Amino acid sequence: MIGFSLNGADVALDLPSHATLLQALRGPCGLSGPRFGCGAEQCGSCMVLLDGKPAYACSLGLDAVAGRHIVTVEGLGSAAAPHPLQAAFMAEQAGQCGYCLSGMLISAAALLAANPAPDEAAIRTALEPHLCRCGSHNRIIRAIQRAAREMAA
Amino acid sequence: MSHGFGAALKIDDGKPRLPGSLHLNRRLSQWLHFRADGVVEVKPGKVELGQGILTALAQIAADELDVALERIRIVTVTTPESPDEAVTSGSLSTQDSGSAIRHASADARRIFLSVAAQSSGVAYEAITVADGDFIGPDGKIGSYWQWADAGLLEVEAAPDAQPKPADQRRLVGISAPRRDLPGKVLGSPAYVHDLRLPGMLHARIIRPSARGAKLSAIKDVALPGDARLIRDGDFLAVLASTEWDAEAAATRVAQQASWQEESTLPEQARLEDWLRDAALRGERKITEKQEAETPPAAHRLERSFHRPFLAHASIGPSCAVARWQGDAVEVFSHTQGPYNLRADIAKTLRCPAEKVVVRHMEGAGCYGHNGADDVALEAVLIARAAGEKPVRLLWSRADELGWSPFSPAMLVDIAAEAAADGTLLSWHAEIISNGHSGRPGRSPIPTLLAASQLADGFPVQASINPPLAAGGGAERNGIPGYRIPKLEVATTRLLDMPIRTSALRGLGATLNVWAVESVLDEMAALVGEDPLQYRLRHLDDARGRAVLEKVAEMANWSGRQQGDGFGLGIGYARYKNTGAYAAVIAEVEARERVFCRRLWIAGDCGEVVNPDGTMNQLEGGAIHGASIALVEEVRFDDKRITSDSWESFPILRFSEVPKVEQALIHRPEAPFLGAGEASLAPTIAAIAGGIHAALGVRPRQMPFTPENIAKAAQG
Repeated sequence: MIGFSLNGADVALDLPSHATLLQALRGPCGLSGPRFGCGAEQCGSCMVLLDGKPAYACSLGLDAVAGRHIVTVEGLGSAAAPHPLQAAFMAEQAGQCGYCLSGMLISAAALLAANPAPDEAAIRTALEPHLCRCGSHNRIIRAIQRAAREMAA
Repeated sequence: MSHGFGAALKIDDGKPRLPGSLHLNRRLSQWLHFRADGVVEVKPGKVELGQGILTALAQIAADELDVALERIRIVTVTTPESPDEAVTSGSLSTQDSGSAIRHASADARRIFLSVAAQSSGVAYEAITVADGDFIGPDGKIGSYWQWADAGLLEVEAAPDAQPKPADQRRLVGISAPRRDLPGKVLGSPAYVHDLRLPGMLHARIIRPSARGAKLSAIKDVALPGDARLIRDGDFLAVLASTEWDAEAAATRVAQQASWQEESTLPEQARLEDWLRDAALRGERKITEKQEAETPPAAHRLERSFHRPFLAHASIGPSCAVARWQGDAVEVFSHTQGPYNLRADIAKTLRCPAEKVVVRHMEGAGCYGHNGADDVALEAVLIARAAGEKPVRLLWSRADELGWSPFSPAMLVDIAAEAAADGTLLSWHAEIISNGHSGRPGRSPIPTLLAASQLADGFPVQASINPPLAAGGGAERNGIPGYRIPKLEVATTRLLDMPIRTSALRGLGATLNVWAVESVLDEMAALVGEDPLQYRLRHLDDARGRAVLEKVAEMANWSGRQQGDGFGLGIGYARYKNTGAYAAVIAEVEARERVFCRRLWIAGDCGEVVNPDGTMNQLEGGAIHGASIALVEEVRFDDKRITSDSWESFPILRFSEVPKVEQALIHRPEAPFLGAGEASLAPTIAAIAGGIHAALGVRPRQMPFTPENIAKAAQG
């Protein structure tokens, strides 16, 4: 049995050792936000916060998260109270298919926590691990800049 | 009968012409349903691919019916209830579906108002509609909801229904927010990948070790959990109760399976030679021929352009969920063509199409015929072993990048002649390519991947090209949009198909537009003329000239500075020669390799339903084009595709993505022209022009890597 904190709630799971964190989150934990893209830490679709730092859920074994804090995009905000980043992504219409957005939001949240006023270069660097195939990059950058402004106000 | 190429093809069936897909799906109730609780159900046959089409279609319906946008509920496509709009492709959804929904809504409004007029005695002309309520001089006299159950829409659409004039539209032409985005930003279930049905099992595929390899033996192997092996011919899969067991089982089986391999793929380093050789056995057709007496030429250019195989490279691997019940099966799929998929699943199973139900659910962004249809058939095949339990099959990244259909490698040879002052006199283009459509539903033999692998399977057929009336495939935009008196364009479709090919955003335009624009650039340089002016004086289409002039103004083309590793290039096309206009200027920086730093785009997409959505599409298409131009190439050895990870098939990342400025020229009175593909090919052409401006070299081969640019420099 492996216990960890998921979006602020305690979770305990008994899964075989070959199960990944992503499979646990999407399986028994019932979440949809973290998404499978490559399984090889190359696209960022599965990104979650592990003790506040972005981590690839697709390659993490469950034992690696025992006793630690996981936050997924569902833990950032809700429809009633969206995170400023989620509100900004909606305001900028920053997405097309949206498949990559959960992971983007996670890395953006970590960025803003560490650097509340990032310049464009810092945003591009923070999102470098993330792929977007629809070409929404510039809107995503604008949304993160907007969220930074909102959070500073 | 579904032809599958959109309403661009005129159907001569003797029936009065109805707009878009309404012509083949004529009953109003196929498109619209009013509910007594104040909801309007709109039922398009086109599907959401991440392009925002459902938001645009809701705007069109709400505007024409005079109801609030919030009242519209889009019913996603399910066979056989939804109208058959064939495939969501070719930038035709607003034309096909939007035109149909606009006309159907106008007709529905007229029918309901006629009933209100009759029952109230108020003159038809005196009735206004306010959010679905019908208002006469003395107040409310009815509503859509009041007569929701009266069966008023069980009629064929009338050809003479009159949609509103452009100046009376309120909800069309505005940037309504995407209906699907909030859920996606909150991490809600949004895709077929997120579908969870009771008792659902998980499956994975074990691919042959090489293209066309035959399974020779499989050792007995202990599988984790309740995982079990499923085999039919060379089709191999595993099925388990959990994803982790399915995945671990697939890995073990892959290690234990032995395959009989053959060398079936051409030599990548000599791909151009292979194309020329295969063309000798291909099917050559004259695409366009125009005879004219021309004065003797002073300038002649003969140039060849070459493009590799390209992958769709969707961010989410293809996925489907299938469930059998007796001898019938339903499958949840992110296909672009639910009816076409249904047809090919039924052909593979050798059963009537009615035994198959396809329910559309979204997948990750789709840029053409990727693995969506293939995975749906595979899920159906595996689910046969699961009784009546649903089976979810998810492709791996290697499946997606290694086994989806690819956009074919291409070659075009151009010979162009001009008078002493540079005026173009003649043009001869020979286009060589595999067919650009292997989509399901169009042939008596199923084209889905697994159909050829089953013990009782089907032969693989060479892919076809859509007809020129639908924009063509390999020949798409191969006919220059410029004034050239003497012209011959021929297209050779290869009948050898070592690598399965099909449609990807832009089809042949990705090579043809660049080739045409490069020859224009070079001819302009020969006579010392500015590339923009040279284009403008050969372009008769005022709308084309307008986007070129607009983009030049945005990028300060006439005041541009270049050299020292920086350069600006320009590209233009009217997509398919009949669709949207796009002109693009690219700023290129050449360092250890080439980067595209900025793009300016001017577009004319006819009437625009949602300007923000249209600009999102144009920008996305341009960034996709920049990625294709600079880094994308399917790689293979003699047996297998080797570019099956994001490391071996890179696409542009954030640090490499250009900034984009855009302008849309609005034409509210003009027909819809689509937006998804228009900017992609002109962007490639503009980047090539920028490379020449920066380095003095005209690229001849995509992608524009240091190696390929160096080859071009050596001639």
